Amino acid sequence: MTVNNRPGVLNRITGLFTKRHYNIESITVGHTEIEGISRMTFVVNVEDERTAEQITKQLNKQIDVLKVNDITDQAIVARELALIKVAVNPTVRQEIYTLIEPFRASIVDVSRDSLVVQVTGEPEKVEALIDLLKPYGIKEVARTGTTAFTRGSQKTAASYKTPFII
Amino acid sequence: MANMKVEEKRQQRTKMSGALMLIEALKAENVEVIFGYPGGAVLPIYDKLYDSGLFHVLTRHEQGAIHAAEGYARISGKPGVVIATSGPGATNIVTGLTDAMMDSIPLVVFTGQVASNVIGSDAFQEADVLGITMPITKHSYQVRDIQELPKIIKEAFHIATTGRPGPVLIDIPKDMTTAEGEFDYEQDVHLPGYQPTIHPNHLQIRKLVEAVSQAKKPVILAGAGVLHADASKELQQYAEQQHIPVIHTLLGLGGFPADHPLFLGMAGMHGTYTANMALYECDLLINIGARFDDRVTGNLKYFAPNATVAHIDIDPAEIGKNVPTKIPIVSDAKEALKELIHQDGKRPDTTAWLAQLAEWKTKFPLAYQNDAQTVKPQKLIEMIYELTNGEAVVTTDVGQHQMWAAQYYKFNKPHRWVTSGGLGTMGFGLPAAIGAQLADKNATVVSIVGDAGFQMTLQELSVIQELNLPIKVVIVNNQSLGMVRQWQEIFYEKRYSHSLVPNQPDFVKLAEAYNIKAFRAKTEEEARHVLKQAFSLSEPVLLDFHVKADENVYPMVAPGKGLHEMVGVKSCEESLQ
Ligand SMILES: Cc1ncc(C[n+]2csc(CCOP(=O)(O)OP(=O)(O)O)c2C)c(N)n1
Ligand SMILES: [Mg+2]
Repeated sequence: MTVNNRPGVLNRITGLFTKRHYNIESITVGHTEIEGISRMTFVVNVEDERTAEQITKQLNKQIDVLKVNDITDQAIVARELALIKVAVNPTVRQEIYTLIEPFRASIVDVSRDSLVVQVTGEPEKVEALIDLLKPYGIKEVARTGTTAFTRGSQKTAASYKTPFII
Repeated sequence: MANMKVEEKRQQRTKMSGALMLIEALKAENVEVIFGYPGGAVLPIYDKLYDSGLFHVLTRHEQGAIHAAEGYARISGKPGVVIATSGPGATNIVTGLTDAMMDSIPLVVFTGQVASNVIGSDAFQEADVLGITMPITKHSYQVRDIQELPKIIKEAFHIATTGRPGPVLIDIPKDMTTAEGEFDYEQDVHLPGYQPTIHPNHLQIRKLVEAVSQAKKPVILAGAGVLHADASKELQQYAEQQHIPVIHTLLGLGGFPADHPLFLGMAGMHGTYTANMALYECDLLINIGARFDDRVTGNLKYFAPNATVAHIDIDPAEIGKNVPTKIPIVSDAKEALKELIHQDGKRPDTTAWLAQLAEWKTKFPLAYQNDAQTVKPQKLIEMIYELTNGEAVVTTDVGQHQMWAAQYYKFNKPHRWVTSGGLGTMGFGLPAAIGAQLADKNATVVSIVGDAGFQMTLQELSVIQELNLPIKVVIVNNQSLGMVRQWQEIFYEKRYSHSLVPNQPDFVKLAEAYNIKAFRAKTEEEARHVLKQAFSLSEPVLLDFHVKADENVYPMVAPGKGLHEMVGVKSCEESLQ
């Protein structure tokens, strides 16, 4: 959704989620191409379509909210970035390099006993890489949360499923 | 001519302080009265108020100010304006903001704030008022640039009064009240994120017309949305055109004449038998400007189980929120009703339905057993109704007396009823009466309050006396937190935990201490006598009625039950016994 970039607007939105008892999985916020307007992407787990509709309507009621789009059912490009710090010793270092390659992930920091992997992609892909790295010993993970766009052409309309993205 | 315009513009744009801008903006908005309370952070504003010519009412507590503003808004249809200082002044209005938010009352509230450069440092009388009030306002602002102030005030009035009305708060750091800027109040409001839908969708209207024509048991549930839209006339016209009976929510009372044959009474927890049964039995439910509050619907599982639901509301988020809705109509109530009347659809055949409802109405009316040796609270309300010819403005507090007032004062006209519905705020009734009286100087204003709730804001008697407002304060004194006592009697085995208050102050003496005339009554005859006396006086009077203390409000739908599971319904014959 797009919002006026005013002081407190994030507070307003997250406050609304708390007030209405909705759980946020992730939020991303950033500037759009228009000055003064930000894009927020939320991933929210909901039980049914009615709840999704209610969230959309409540968000729309906010004066600073310009446009809300529930893109759960639409063809979308969704991306997340994660930094994963993995414990390594010299013997497994090469193994990790090979392992992350199909993910088109990269190593962005290396130290004696750890390295930091950076991966970008759909949340499932990020999830899969984290799973694969777990056995080596993950020290820290930082994820940005999902940001998303609808695709230029809408071919497929997937059936309704959670999580719900706005 | 053109030159004059330019000259005017130039003059308007002369530099002035933020405090003066506020005054000028209030004048431009034709604000008749401000309710407020000064303090450090708003001293520059109060200084400019001093010789502004604006009428300011100094209530004795900020909560009093905001409830008075609510009462004013309810009766005048204009936004109530409040000023409170930073910190404790602002936190004292939190209850009123929530109340106004719940009941869709238009308010523009100014709070002082510590100076911009110390915000966030826990300065003296600093409170994060923006943070605290975000979920309880329709919108809020903090002024960060003096040049923005006129625009903010203009937007605030626009937002408070359009669409679904509500409270808007403007938090003004002290330095913003002294900083100077150009005052331009001519600008248009431009809010791309706020475009309320006023006109109904034609297709949905057609759907409703079709559904009505097919219905056998249609019913209209009308809420305060009808009053906000000033659509009482249209509601009556539509109901009569289509022969559809009308039920009101607590807040909607007065939207449809209570003595109209199509009126079934109030719905919900203490609604009439006929209204609740009609909601249970109907096959088409047309909700106009009500939000299906749980006190109206009872257990949703049993709510209107056989009905197609249509919902006309200016707030799209209310449609489908609690009750699945087949025909959603986002619109101003008046516009939608006008369109429905214009469509003049095929009348449904409601003869059998109306006959059934009429039978229920005669068989199961609201009833109580009178006892002239005491003052029965229901009788008391009926007497007030009689003696005011049903034309008074009635404000109430919250509790049993509120329900009795709703049940037994028959409102035939709109905008005569002021009560706290959604939040159920004790302490609302007395200050609300001040605002109501200021909104309609010629009205007979009766403030019906409980002995407990009265004590939450009784300091406002000072204002009533000072302004010589001829309000009649009626204390329904059952020496208890009556509604709490009733629940404890019914649901907690009569374990009256902290609900009996036998050691009340002497309310008559208390009123006298405020220089207000006061009378007490303990029997029906005394009650009638003092009421007559009070209504003959054009000055404030407080009346302390010692009513029968263990009286309960019936009928009642217990929490968790369906509307059809009312208890305490007596048939006519039974209640005469
Ligand atoms: C501020 C606030 N506190 C508590 C309540 C809960 N409450 C609802 S009704 C009631 C009793 C009110 O007693 P009184 O004012 O004497 O009215 P009565 O029910 O006796 O007519 C209470 C405590 C409330 N509604 N508001
Ligand atoms: Mg009481």
